[in-house]
Formats: sequence, C-alpha cells, structure tokens
Amino acid sequence: MELSEIEEIGVELLRRAVTRLPEDVKESLKRALSEEESEIGRTQLEAILKNVEMAEKSGKPMCQDTGVPLFFLRVGKEFPVGIEEIKSALVNSVRRGTKEIPLRPNVVDPMSRENTGDNSGRKMPYFDVEIVDGDSLEITFMPKGAGSENMSFLGMLSPSKGVNGIKEFVLEKVIEAGGKPCPPTIIGIGIGGTADLAMKLAKRSLLRPLNEDHNDERIRELEREIAEMVNSTGIGPMGLGGKFTCLGVRMDFASTHTATLPVAINFQCWAARRSYALIEKDGVRRVLP
Amino acid sequence: MSEFKLKTPLSEGDVDKLEVGDIVYLSGEIYTARDRAHKRAIELYESGEELPFDWNGAVIFHCGPVVIERNGNWEVVSAGPTTSSRMNDLEPKVIEYFGVRGIIGKGGMNGGTTEAMNKHKCVYFSITGGAGVLVAQAVKRVKGVYWEDLGMPEAVWVFSVEDLGPLVVTISKGRNYYLEVEKKVLSVKENLLKRWIK
Ligand code: SF4
Repeated sequence: MELSEIEEIGVELLRRAVTRLPEDVKESLKRALSEEESEIGRTQLEAILKNVEMAEKSGKPMCQDTGVPLFFLRVGKEFPVGIEEIKSALVNSVRRGTKEIPLRPNVVDPMSRENTGDNSGRKMPYFDVEIVDGDSLEITFMPKGAGSENMSFLGMLSPSKGVNGIKEFVLEKVIEAGGKPCPPTIIGIGIGGTADLAMKLAKRSLLRPLNEDHNDERIRELEREIAEMVNSTGIGPMGLGGKFTCLGVRMDFASTHTATLPVAINFQCWAARRSYALIEKDGVRRVLP
Repeated sequence: MSEFKLKTPLSEGDVDKLEVGDIVYLSGEIYTARDRAHKRAIELYESGEELPFDWNGAVIFHCGPVVIERNGNWEVVSAGPTTSSRMNDLEPKVIEYFGVRGIIGKGGMNGGTTEAMNKHKCVYFSITGGAGVLVAQAVKRVKGVYWEDLGMPEAVWVFSVEDLGPLVVTISKGRNYYLEVEKKVLSVKENLLKRWIK
C-alpha cells in the first residue's frame, strides 16, 4: 500500500461525496416525495432529486457549499501504513481535490477570516481516528456545510428532565432551526457522556445509514418517536410547509455522570454527503457511493 | 396555486398577478447580489452616482456562485441561493431606489422588507436551498460581471437564464408565507408537547 494510493483514493472520496448522494439518503428522499402531502413541499423534494440526478450526471457538486472536510478513520492495528502518514496523504487529497473537482475553498482562520484557498488549515481537515483490530483501513469522508452545521445545539439538562426533557429540547431546536438547515434534514443526536462527547456522538451518528438500526431498542424507539414528532411540526421541506421536516433521526449515547444529562444536536441537510472506502493491506476493496 | 412562465425585466402587471404559493419559471437576465453589492449600490445612489447596470424591473438573486473561466468564457459550476435574511436591512432601499421587481433567495425576509415589497410592487421567490446544479443548468450564459473587486461570491454576476425554477412565490402583496408557516408551527407546538411528552 503506497501513500500515493491513499492520496488518490482520498481525492476520489471527495469527488464522490460531493457529486453523489448515498443510496439510503436518495431512497429516503424519494419516499418523502411519494408521501409528502404539501404541494409546495413536493416541488422542493422534486427539485432536490432533480438536482441530485443532474449532479451525478454532470459530475458537478450537488451543492455550492462543499463544506469543510471531515474524515472518520478506522485504522487496523496491523495496517501497514502509520496514522500520521495516512493523515498527511489525506491532507494532500483535500488540497488537490479542491482544485481538481473543484470544491469551494471554505476553510478560513477563525479570527482573521483569511482563506487558505485549499480547504486545509490548522486542524483541518478534521480527523476522527479509531484504532481497531485487523489489517485494513476504513475511511469515511463527510463534507459538512455551514447551513446545517450552524444549527448545532448543546443542552446540559437536569437529569430529572429525563427522556421527556430530551424530546422537548429537540423539538425546541428543530423549531428554532426552521428552514435554515435545508430540510428535510437528518438529525444527529448524542446523549450522555460529557459535553464534547455528546456532540461527537451526534456528529458520528450521522454516519449511520438511514436503513441501519441501532442495536439498542430504547434508541430505536426514541429515534422513531422523535422523527414522528419532528414531522408533525409542519415546517416541511425547505421550511415551506409540509410533512417532511426530517428524513430521520440518528442517535447514540454514552454513560454519563449521575448529576448531568448532556444532549447534543447536529443537523445534517438533505445534501447528506458521505463517501466510504475500505482499503486492505494489498489494495482498495470497496468504494461507496 | 398557479404556474407561470415569466420573462425579465418584470412589469408591474407581472407582479400583480403573482400570489403566494404560485410557481414560476423565469427566463431572461438575473443579477446576483449579496450584502456587499447591496451596500455598494445603495452608497452609489445616495451619493448621486449611477449604477453600471439597470435594475429597473430587474430580478436580484441572493447567490454567491462558483464560476470558472474556460477558454475565455465564464462557466457556472454551482449557483445555489444564500440566506436572504442577511440582506433584510438593505433590501427595502434597493427596492425603493432602483425599482427592483423580484428577489430570489432562500429562507425568506422580514416584515420590513415585506412592507417595502408591497409598497413598491416587488415579489420574493424561494428557490430550493443547496440546489446548485439545478440553477447552474438553467444559466445559459454569463452575460457579464460587475464589481469583481468584491471577490467572486460578492460580485454582481449577470446570468442569462432559461426556465429557472421551480421558484415559489413566498412574499407578495403584503403576505409573507414564511411568517405564516412559522406561526402555524408555533401554534401546534403545545399540542406536540402534550402528545409526545407525557
Ligand atoms: S445546508 Fe446543506 S444543502 Fe443547504 S446550502 Fe448548506 S450545504 Fe447546501
């Protein structure tokens, strides 16, 4: 496994992510269109699906906001390339991909607002690294747009609020966000842990496809309930009224302090872009979508 | 809900027939403008100077496009709408000073802008957020660019478009569809809390 191969696959992941939606998201959008009751809502879902199809065909980014680059790595203990080298190869992928695809250069210094021009910067791209057993490397790439990322919320609830408190907090924030995160959204929710862990769980939950169930029954139930509640608000596609305010809720949890109940929300817009590669020590096995 | 095909520049009559909820496909010229272009246009007008383009009857698009130059021609890569509320404080003047008849954007605008639109016969069209390719495909030609010194996203691009849409009329004749949806959502909130939070 050469570093240049990882760099190459990195560029490919960027390209696929911004030009093709994952199958599960596309399927959900189609289902939403067939079930949406509001006429205006349907026009929005139709426009979204048409836009997605055109992006796929023309190889142009489906949304002009190609986001900031986030990588989620699962590195096998016996994978032949070191983590730091993998990261530096992927930083190169981002720099090259920004020019070649092209992506919009979005990454700036948070104080001077100066744009680096190539979507890299201090701690950017962002890497979330997990060390796992085995000798393969899994890379998930998620470009995250500002419209949905700006709709992120953290609540340090009183533990006595319980599950009802979680639902109420989510409802508040969904109403506050309205059409801003480009609904229908996927709502990532992290509960428990610490403030930062809750947010991390919320973000990471967005990686779980809409057709893949959580292994905890209580989470599955909560996801269903919250999705139904959110889709009864009437906010609808693009906030123009209708049933489909969200495509689904993705949730995860961590054990937490007895005196706290962190709840973190991270919205993902309809352009729920993510791409995935499985690399084994002798080469690339699988790339999605 | 009716459907219309309209050509720019828009006339008072065009605006008169549009109701909230109507769907429009637009052809002709549209001008991109974000905060800084709005500010500059207002400053020029207030110091008695002329704009380098004619916004009478024009349609302004809240958009910061990605444009590349290929063989001496401009090509639009992606051109979805940006959030219109950033222009809330500037738009009433732009509508009043220049006779703009249409604004395309996402997320809607506030009560002040709704009033200015009603008074000076202007409508707001919502275009699907993020649908950058859909817009790019409707742009048949980039006719020109003004104020490039503001940078690519903030400059005023003149796009020649064909059947740009679906655009949903969401502010017209004093009605603001966004505020109506918002009100409705707030009115069901209590019921939702009762139903889901026992
Ligand atoms: S919220 Fe998503 S779909 Fe909307 S403009 Fe931002 S990146 Fe694009």
